[in-house]
Amino acid sequence: MTDLSTQDAPFAGSGSSLMRRRNRRQVMLQGLGLAAISFAALMLFVLIASLVSTGYKAFIQTHITVEVFVDPEEISVEKLPRGGFRDVLLASLQKEFPDVEGRAELRSLQNIFSNGAQFQLRDMVSADQSLIGQTVTLRAPVSDPFDQLAKGLVKRETPEQLRRVSDREIDWFDTLDAAGKISQPVNWGLITNADSRFPELAGLKGALVGSFWALLVCFLISFPLGIGAAIYLEEFAPKNRWSDLIEVNINNLAAVPSVVFGLLALAVFIGWFGMPRSAPIVGGMTLALMTMPTIIIATRAALKAVPPSIREAALGVGASRHQVVFGHVLPLAMPGILTGTIIGLAQALGETAPLLLIGMNAFITSAPTSPFDSATALPTQIFIWADSPERGFVSRTSAAILVLLTFLITMNAVAIYLRSKFERKW
Amino acid sequence: MTFLKTTVSAAALAALAAGAAQARDEIRIVGSSTVFPYTQAVAEQFSNVTGAPSPIVESTGTGGGMKIFCGGIGEGHPDLTGASRAMKPSEWELCATNGVTDVTEALIGYDGLSIAISRAAPNDWDLTLEQVFLALAAELPTADGWVANPNKKWSDIDASLPDIAILAYGPPPTSGTRDAFVELAMHPGCEARPAMKALKEADKDAHKAAVKEKCSLIRQDGPFVDAGENDNLIVQRLNADPNAMGIFGYSFLYENMDVLKAVNINGVAPSSDSIGDFSYPISRPLYFYVKNAHRGVIPNLQEFIEEYMSDDAMEPGGYLSERGMVVLPDDVRAKTQDAVINGESMAVPQS
Repeated sequence: MTDLSTQDAPFAGSGSSLMRRRNRRQVMLQGLGLAAISFAALMLFVLIASLVSTGYKAFIQTHITVEVFVDPEEISVEKLPRGGFRDVLLASLQKEFPDVEGRAELRSLQNIFSNGAQFQLRDMVSADQSLIGQTVTLRAPVSDPFDQLAKGLVKRETPEQLRRVSDREIDWFDTLDAAGKISQPVNWGLITNADSRFPELAGLKGALVGSFWALLVCFLISFPLGIGAAIYLEEFAPKNRWSDLIEVNINNLAAVPSVVFGLLALAVFIGWFGMPRSAPIVGGMTLALMTMPTIIIATRAALKAVPPSIREAALGVGASRHQVVFGHVLPLAMPGILTGTIIGLAQALGETAPLLLIGMNAFITSAPTSPFDSATALPTQIFIWADSPERGFVSRTSAAILVLLTFLITMNAVAIYLRSKFERKW
Repeated sequence: MTFLKTTVSAAALAALAAGAAQARDEIRIVGSSTVFPYTQAVAEQFSNVTGAPSPIVESTGTGGGMKIFCGGIGEGHPDLTGASRAMKPSEWELCATNGVTDVTEALIGYDGLSIAISRAAPNDWDLTLEQVFLALAAELPTADGWVANPNKKWSDIDASLPDIAILAYGPPPTSGTRDAFVELAMHPGCEARPAMKALKEADKDAHKAAVKEKCSLIRQDGPFVDAGENDNLIVQRLNADPNAMGIFGYSFLYENMDVLKAVNINGVAPSSDSIGDFSYPISRPLYFYVKNAHRGVIPNLQEFIEEYMSDDAMEPGGYLSERGMVVLPDDVRAKTQDAVINGESMAVPQS
């Protein structure tokens, strides 16, 4: 025993070795707890850092600006929306590089443009036919290999035959860049475009709208049903073996893996009811099955937290049980119920497995306009992009995850805000 | 509150009723994940050019796609399925029992399976299928029966190969790519073993059974790592470890030529030429199947098939070859285009 420890221990003497052991355990427990939290924080940091470091590049997109002469010989009013838009675009680049000749050369020159550029021009001309015969300024995305080049993801030092862009193409690109025709604006297309097989055109609109419809359907079904079930169980149901059995089953249901609900939906909603595959309505119904137990449990906890004195007071002044529940207990329990609901919905938003089973991982190049149109959801869109061979999808996958995380954090923040703002303590 | 509840429940019920009565005006496609990128390309091009509602393309795997495709005729069932192998007789029967009898088979092109390694790897690799089998099989045939694969390093297989531990990342057993790899690489490699040749001489049926059962088993003691369905992940792991190999579709190698290089098989590197003329041995045909009963019923289906079969898509340098598909030779292509556009019914598959 050293002097130091004798000084520190509150009770020196015969019990001090026991005391020292107790103190040591205390310190160790604290240390372990701290280590666990630091580890979790470190992992979170690594996750976010890796997502941001690969994903931030997807939030900007390289564009090319060209002066296009809408040649009436290629594009005529009668033939719209068809016409030689590709040729017109190529002609605009040929003006910059008059020495480029031959079919293969011209093809690779054309490939600077994203495939979407011709359709962008087509939509412009279709919307305003007076543009035919005039020169318009078009800012369109460049194709993925050039985008990767501009972002430094394709290295210029790599030997030519191993790159997707040749030395010649890099020369063209640099010439355009020097002429100020290349820009890197914020990539709003990531939010406003639907899916595409071209990374430079692919966006999350279809997934965002699909997730919105699915969550709306999920909310409309699970919220009223969940609250109804919870009110009955908490306020009206007699306490007997049956209600115990139901309670145990609801708790079990909350722990059922989501893929099981997906299989159920595949068999029942799509198989028996003949509902459409890939539709957000089916996705929402499936997610509702999953969310309902969470809402029931949260609602029951919130109802339980309302002190009995409130119910007794209301009953005492002659309110019926129905009036007690809807006039007094439910409004007081609402913050807790909403918190539980939002957390349940946030969970549903990130759910992937059941949606894969009902076909919400399809490739669709337009956003849905109703819950019955086929669509993807945010997590399934991430799944599709993560599996695509093009380089541009690597950063887009991370960007999509960041978008999903943003939504989740926002929803959880709202839940926390509601809880702290409206929750009452008795 | 009660009012809100009633309206909300009513809305939910109305939504349910409407869902059941939904009709379909877009094309639905399921099937192989290998054909998926090509169908995706056609679908996007088709909807951009014609303005028709965008076809819905789902990647379900070849077998899963056949199951859904053969579920029946009508709006609730898909119109097309992609396949990375020809339809099996059992699948044909399933189709027939559900009334799907008039089907057109379209051979669209070829896909190679590549074995790749990081550009940072010190050696250039050239393997035979027999060496691939010796490296990855669970059990090896010998004159005295089957023994567990003892090879841990490449130099254990052949002294000329480098002294490096065998490590290959590949697709999981559920994947069509894995099936193709087993059939196209493991089986020929296995049959090249002397013990199997002897068995073939002695007992043809036993040989056939052994190929099917024993030669298909990939080892599970470490050197082969099941890397999941995500091929991008394999690419990343190869970059991290220059001694590891990865097995995936040629399109992934094609997109990542700056960081990966191919392992040559029998001295042949995978390329669109070598895959197309089968001199690169691990290549397979890609198909799609279409229900002729849906033509003219589902809007735009015929036009979509015409787009798929168009020269723009199918010819060398067309947009499918830009995605890494190996195109058909000119004469075969012309014949296929004709047959598929006119809806020629396929014959009953034999094997």
